[in-house]
Amino acid sequence: MNMEIMVRGVTSIALKDIKVYYKKAPVFIFGLILPTFLFFAFFMGRQLDLGTYYPGFLAMALFFTASSVGPLITPWEKQAGTFERLLTLPVSIPVLVLGDTLAGAGFGLIISTMVFVAGVFIAPLEIGLVSLLALPLLFALGNLCFSALGVLISSPAGPVPSNIMMLSSLIRFPLIFISGIFVPLAEMDGAFRLVTMASPLTYLVDGLNHALMDQGVLPLALDISVLLVFTIAFLLGANHILKNKAMKGL
Amino acid sequence: MGQMNNISAIVAGGLTKRFGDFVAVDNVSFDVPEKEFFGLLGPNGAGKTTTIRMLTGVLRPEEGKVSIMGLDMDRDPLLAKSSLGVIPEIGNVYLDLSARENLEMFGRFYGLSRRARAERTSALLEELGLGGRADERIKRFSKGMKQRVSIGCAIIHEPQVIFLDEPTEGLDVQSRRMIVEKVKRMNKAGSTVVLTTHNIEEANQLCDRVCIINRGKVVALDTPDRLRSTFEGARSVEVTFDRPVERSAFFDRCITKVEEKGNKMRFYTSDPDQAIRKIMAVRDEKGLTIMELNTLAPSLEDVFVKLTEATR
Repeated sequence: MNMEIMVRGVTSIALKDIKVYYKKAPVFIFGLILPTFLFFAFFMGRQLDLGTYYPGFLAMALFFTASSVGPLITPWEKQAGTFERLLTLPVSIPVLVLGDTLAGAGFGLIISTMVFVAGVFIAPLEIGLVSLLALPLLFALGNLCFSALGVLISSPAGPVPSNIMMLSSLIRFPLIFISGIFVPLAEMDGAFRLVTMASPLTYLVDGLNHALMDQGVLPLALDISVLLVFTIAFLLGANHILKNKAMKGL
Repeated sequence: MGQMNNISAIVAGGLTKRFGDFVAVDNVSFDVPEKEFFGLLGPNGAGKTTTIRMLTGVLRPEEGKVSIMGLDMDRDPLLAKSSLGVIPEIGNVYLDLSARENLEMFGRFYGLSRRARAERTSALLEELGLGGRADERIKRFSKGMKQRVSIGCAIIHEPQVIFLDEPTEGLDVQSRRMIVEKVKRMNKAGSTVVLTTHNIEEANQLCDRVCIINRGKVVALDTPDRLRSTFEGARSVEVTFDRPVERSAFFDRCITKVEEKGNKMRFYTSDPDQAIRKIMAVRDEKGLTIMELNTLAPSLEDVFVKLTEATR
């Protein structure tokens, strides 16, 4: 019975988030417009091989979109007074975290799938058996991982969304510069490479390089395993912090 | 008023909550039988909201336990919360959605089928006077309309226990009446209701029993009538004379306090008969004419003020 209520809670939270937050301006600005500008700023006017950089751009689109919904939800709900009300419904903090993560992942999945479909037509991709097996897994894990990161960022939030959006930008922007998107992982060495290995985005970029270009540097199984570990760590972290900070600002 | 029986819908057992060194709620205990209309009164900062937050599963008590319809809030929070409906002070609903979308969304949390959600939503919106604007975004609604949507969200699953946290604060008369009538009907139909309010008259009219909290502790818990009768010393005689009189003329052992407002004077006493004799004596002595005379029993507000002043 409790499991049934939990599953219902997770799906209800996710549906609520989809209805309320997918259309919010910060989600569009930080999730769609910014990565699009970054892509054009880096790629336009330069003689770069689209095939080499496409997996990185796909990963960047997935990363930005999946992590754009989560940071908004908790501070927005606290500001609107709906957060405390949610806690009186048959939901718990883990249910809130999972529901918010699912909603963010859904947004990321929709946009990254659109970017992928466009890429099939414009980039010289090598889609083989590995792609067919690894891509759904990488998309699912990547979206869950970065959506959970967004929820983790918002977990200590008070009732001021702009504070968390600023914090979110402070965390997300450096990650795209150290994750093998603009500088391929194979060309990195020394301390820079070590820093790169600490970013979860590196493993998605490398995994997509395997799946789309057959050019990954790390073993694909390692990419998938590390993404899974980061996802679990982000979920547990968000759950722990939100449990302690749920009443902040109420 | 609801009919009472012996089953406890709500049990608060020794609830204690501290914020740092500050004890917000100190060993608060009470049982609310099924179908009772229960009032929780107290001045600002008394610990009402913290108590309600613990009863509704928002806050976890440091000591003590809460059970709702026999379900322990700590052990079975999801099941315990399934039988609750909470109506907060402000209409905390999703402004980007319509009234219908809000109600249906809350119904989903309580596991109502799609058909049940649709039917109950339509019926409730009609009953709450929102049928004509059911599909408009709530952003454009007045405060009273938002509060009606909020109530719809809280009762879409026909809860056995309803918590109302100052639900009529700042509302227009029509919205206030509609909300009070709806809650009364739900109580008559079998729901247990807990009402926190600053409106003592509202509590007096609606509640079977009231619990007065001050500085985190329960200072009184009884029916409004019994609480009033325990404060016999707060009875009073109100007299309107034809002209103002010096209050010192009425100093007597049987009169504990005199309040005056122009020609109208109020004499607090534990013995109205002796007080009236004294007033008549002064009238004869000063050649006054009495325009109006009333004896007044202590109001629940008098009781509230006495109790909360005593522990301040």
